[in-house]
Amino acid sequence: MRDRIFKSLLFLSSLLILFISGGIFYSLFSGSVQAFDEFGIIGFITSGEWNPNPGNEQYGALPFIAGTIATSFVALILCIPFSLPVALFNGEYFRGKKIAGVLGTVVDLLAGIPSVVYGLWGFYVLRPIVSSLGLSEQGLGIFTASAVMAIMIIPYAASLSTEFISMVSNELKEGAYSLGATRMEVIKSVIFPACGSGIFASYVLALGRALGETMAVTMLIGNTDNIPTSLFDTGNTMASIIANQFGEASGLKLSSLIAIGLLLFIITALINLLGKMIIKKFTK
Amino acid sequence: MDAETQNNIILKFDDVSISYTPGVNAVKNVTADIRKNSITAIMGPSGCGKSTLLRAVNRMHELYPHITTTGKILINGIDILKTDPIKVRRMAGMVFQRPNPFPTMSIYQNVIAGYSLNGINLPKQEKDAIVEECLRNVGLWDEVKDSLNKKGTFLSGGQQQRLCIARALALKPDVLLMDEPTSALDPIATNRIEDLLVGLKDQLTIVIVTHNMSQAARISDYSMFMYLGDLVEFDSTQKMFTNPNDKRTEEYLNGRFG
Amino acid sequence: MENKLKIRKFKDKAFFIAVCAFSALAAVPLVAIIVKVVMKGYKQLNMDFFTETSPTTFEAMIAKASGSLIPGGVLNGLTGTLIMVGIAAVISIPFGIMCGVYLSEKPKAAFSGLIRFLSELIQGIPSIIVGMIVYSWIVLPLGSYSALAGGVSLAIMMLPLVIRSTEETLKMLPSSLKEAGLALGCSYKSVILKILLPSAAGGLFTGVLLAISRVMGETAPLMLTALGSTLVNWDVTAPTSALPLLIWEFYNDPNLVDMIWSSSLLLLVIVLLLNLAAKAIVNKRRTA
Repeated sequence: MRDRIFKSLLFLSSLLILFISGGIFYSLFSGSVQAFDEFGIIGFITSGEWNPNPGNEQYGALPFIAGTIATSFVALILCIPFSLPVALFNGEYFRGKKIAGVLGTVVDLLAGIPSVVYGLWGFYVLRPIVSSLGLSEQGLGIFTASAVMAIMIIPYAASLSTEFISMVSNELKEGAYSLGATRMEVIKSVIFPACGSGIFASYVLALGRALGETMAVTMLIGNTDNIPTSLFDTGNTMASIIANQFGEASGLKLSSLIAIGLLLFIITALINLLGKMIIKKFTK
Repeated sequence: MDAETQNNIILKFDDVSISYTPGVNAVKNVTADIRKNSITAIMGPSGCGKSTLLRAVNRMHELYPHITTTGKILINGIDILKTDPIKVRRMAGMVFQRPNPFPTMSIYQNVIAGYSLNGINLPKQEKDAIVEECLRNVGLWDEVKDSLNKKGTFLSGGQQQRLCIARALALKPDVLLMDEPTSALDPIATNRIEDLLVGLKDQLTIVIVTHNMSQAARISDYSMFMYLGDLVEFDSTQKMFTNPNDKRTEEYLNGRFG
Repeated sequence: MENKLKIRKFKDKAFFIAVCAFSALAAVPLVAIIVKVVMKGYKQLNMDFFTETSPTTFEAMIAKASGSLIPGGVLNGLTGTLIMVGIAAVISIPFGIMCGVYLSEKPKAAFSGLIRFLSELIQGIPSIIVGMIVYSWIVLPLGSYSALAGGVSLAIMMLPLVIRSTEETLKMLPSSLKEAGLALGCSYKSVILKILLPSAAGGLFTGVLLAISRVMGETAPLMLTALGSTLVNWDVTAPTSALPLLIWEFYNDPNLVDMIWSSSLLLLVIVLLLNLAAKAIVNKRRTA
């Protein structure tokens, strides 16, 4: 009898997840309705106009979608030259050694630093450098935000790739060495092909992280409502426009911000799903 | 030993010891001469050091820095422990316990992998010739000639192992080292590989580790018996199986342990 | 041939050196950030910093004009973080552990698959969206920003982390453990509460520590839910500050900007210590 109560308690607590996710879907959809009614879903996504002036209010998500994609992909590209060597260092060259443990801890700690601290560091250390190089006047913009974001996602990309690289069997590597291959040739021709899809998935999941990153980006991207036209242009991401304008928003503007939230949610969910599906297929 | 036999020696172990942990030798002071164009079987119970000794010839221990090898191993008079491991590995090919074709490469690419991995670009014609010759050598050509572009992992276990032998043969090694190559295969596939090895004898020298005594009896010309890291007995297979010198060999062959 | 081998070996070596060099570079930002924060922040760390609430712009202006340190501290942020992380822990730890137990008890059921999927989905939601949702769930109905709303948004972020670590830890326990308990005639409930969970305690504790350290530095959701306050506030229905919120406020106020480094230093120390503690527990369990 008491066992049955206990079992239903366990079941009920798992329902909490169901309620939370149901509630999130409901709130995002119902909150977005007004904006989608006014501009149409396609219209909202493809419009570059963001005009909060009462009377001729006009909201479109395109600049922020563009800003999000630009910052995330640049960050992803910037993070590869560091995260991939870390993965090789920890997963192949120094697998199981103390030095790999140290580097692993250091890189993991990067994930522990709060986003707002990254933002500060970017603003007071990186921004002046970008500015003094004459790349942009203020030093703010897509590039600065992406550079800091690249550092933030190194741990996510590196730790998963490390795992996949270290999973490649010794038998396979020995097969290649026995034919006289050098270590680099083994990495290039055997290790990467054998775990390539796993490494790819690590970067897909790191991208999922980057898409939703808020504070550091808000502090560094310059917060303008235009579609960025160059690497050093200012802009806004979907997350940063919400962080900037949600507080004072109401009515149609609030609904438009929630609609942007919904779009961001869908994009990140799809990217995360894709990454997890590749991993599932790979580890089977 | 007369000069003629001396000339016939292709692989020479001279006081070889190998240890995984300092002070503990897994292979102890092994000295032995392997004759050209012969099949030599290394037998012994698990953990006797037979695989360890074999892998030393291919410098596989290099990949695991805690393993130390002392003594001399000569191939054609060259001390391979003092030679670049990459060159050594091309003189001595290796076939492993479990077939390990490269999963992302096609059958064709697998055979030619020794060249492509080493960054050697051969003209297409030459590559085709090597692939055909090696696959014919292992009796796989007729079975796979229409599916050369399929992945090697689609083949059966026995076919995969023959593909791995073809891959090793492609580099034209002087010595082929085989580490229990049939232990993961069924009897029919095992049989085919045994026939194949006997047929390959006039092209190269084969050293095969096996814990299957009847396999050693069937195919080998010479046999080594190792026990707890020592080379107990090394003689012609016929002599060893009919009239072993050492009591331990006799007990092993009679199935008292192993 | 000989020449070619030399080139290949050179390439091999160059590649190895490049891997080491770029790996080392990946560690540079951590050091750079810590050094920067410590160098600029330690001066402000005195007794007042922990016992006083945050200063107003005016107080800071006067202090700066006279060339002295900005008065005040971050007490309101510390207490706020304590309250909100506390609320998050009280909600997410029991529910998360129970849900994790449920999933590990029924690993193959379709319903478990759905819960696992949704839990991973929630874990991937950008934190700003969590803030937005909780704003409409709690801030709007209550008519005020509050510590409760902040705590709930952190709880939503913690929950999937706790569920996951619970399930993974329980999965690693041998099934004989449970069978042994049941064979002795223990009830299902006591097998789980008295045998399984205690055996998994180390892993659960690590998971909770990591989850707390993860949400403790969150700023974005709190901006939309707790808002911030200059006072120490124990009323969970009133606007409340938190350490990361204070950093954000100081950053936006030119007069208070000197305070950002010391508050960042404090937050960084707490979060990194939690991380290292969790890692140390994991390592200890692995070697034990």
